[in-house]
Amino acid sequence: MTQDAVIMRAVNKYYGGFHALVDIDLTVRRGERIVICGPSGSGKSTLIRTINQLEAIQSGTIIVDGVELTAWGDNVAKVRQDVGMVFQNFNLFPHMTVLENCVLSPMKTRKIPRAEAEATARHYLERVRIPEQADKYPAQLSGGQQQRVAIARALCMKPRIMLFDEPTSALDPEMVKEVLDTMIDLAREGMTMLCVTHEMDFARAVADRVIFMDKGVIVEQGAPDEFFGSPRNERLRNFLGQIA
Amino acid sequence: MIREFSSADVTFIVLAVRWTLILSAIAFAGGALGGLLVALARTSASKVLRRASAGFIQVFQGTPLLMQLFLVYFGLAVIGLPIDPLLAAAVALTLHASAYLGEIWRGSIEAVPSGQTEAATALALSYPHRMRHVVLPQAMRIATAPTVGFLVQLIKGTSLASIIGFTELTRAGQIINNATFKPFLVFGTVAALYFILCWPLSLMARRLEARMRLAVTR
Repeated sequence: MTQDAVIMRAVNKYYGGFHALVDIDLTVRRGERIVICGPSGSGKSTLIRTINQLEAIQSGTIIVDGVELTAWGDNVAKVRQDVGMVFQNFNLFPHMTVLENCVLSPMKTRKIPRAEAEATARHYLERVRIPEQADKYPAQLSGGQQQRVAIARALCMKPRIMLFDEPTSALDPEMVKEVLDTMIDLAREGMTMLCVTHEMDFARAVADRVIFMDKGVIVEQGAPDEFFGSPRNERLRNFLGQIA
Repeated sequence: MIREFSSADVTFIVLAVRWTLILSAIAFAGGALGGLLVALARTSASKVLRRASAGFIQVFQGTPLLMQLFLVYFGLAVIGLPIDPLLAAAVALTLHASAYLGEIWRGSIEAVPSGQTEAATALALSYPHRMRHVVLPQAMRIATAPTVGFLVQLIKGTSLASIIGFTELTRAGQIINNATFKPFLVFGTVAALYFILCWPLSLMARRLEARMRLAVTR
């Protein structure tokens, strides 16, 4: 099994007349950690949302873990089981406890018995360092804790790829670190990760490759050293200047 | 012969309350089922379902309930069914309630943040699972107060079934009034009985709404 985790070929996405993704070509190796950055509206969130088909594409090919995404059929459902996603606004289910959030899809989608699903959930809550919050409701937790629950909930599906869509943007500054530390742990364990984030320290620490997008195009990409050390593109230089 | 308004007449009117309640219950149960289907169709990804359900709602919100009762009552004969006031009233009120509850619940479903559906989708939950476990439980909390409010409208709406000859509360009042000719007394009694049915529900709806507002601002 040496196939790539994600292959995107000539992917185009439109919102009405707006060209959100322009001829995207991207190959993500198994175990690779990728950070995607760029100004707002550059298409970076849209890019990762096409990988689990939260956004449909108009042309091109996307292959996730050897399965080609097509508009019809069971492929999308299969890919979503293998791709976890963490959102900017956590999107925990507010009417369920933390534990119920974590066991819902494993039980309903993967048909795992409750006892086993709960054991898995407690294991991942332990790993994101909030095992004691299992029986609380999301509203009783801080933002940082909620986001760590969201990460645990995604991990309970045993995904092979994790997508992070600005996971720390909605957090108070003092809570950013706890979420980033959780993500760094995950990266060290070899999870394939695509992270849309402006946390450049995180990019330097864990990314194998940093991608800069602007106006729906991948403008520049490279290992963190060369990406931050000697950016070739002027828009990237401006961007790095603004967020530094 | 005009006779006195007696305690037996009051008993007759009070007993007719059960038919008002039965008709309301049938219409509400049928309307809940129909309304859920209409609401799901209104919020579905299929354009055909959205259009069809929108048309259904337009027709039933845009015509008087009395006309709907007439059309169903006389329509039963056209399709070869026996003309039965209870059946006609139950069918017409069920369709009426389906349209209104469908619209109320569509709004409630749409009020659940889209991030909830996205997260459920990203977790690979299927449409039935997303609806049943994630969206509808949250929509139900939003919908409770306006649903109880509509139930009050529905109970009052059953009075129109008297016109197609179904002996519920209002029709019982008409019968007694024809014999006693004490309209103010008779219809005052009838109105008081409606009020006793509806007022607690109105109070409940207001309480639920206040609690909902608290939950939202918390």
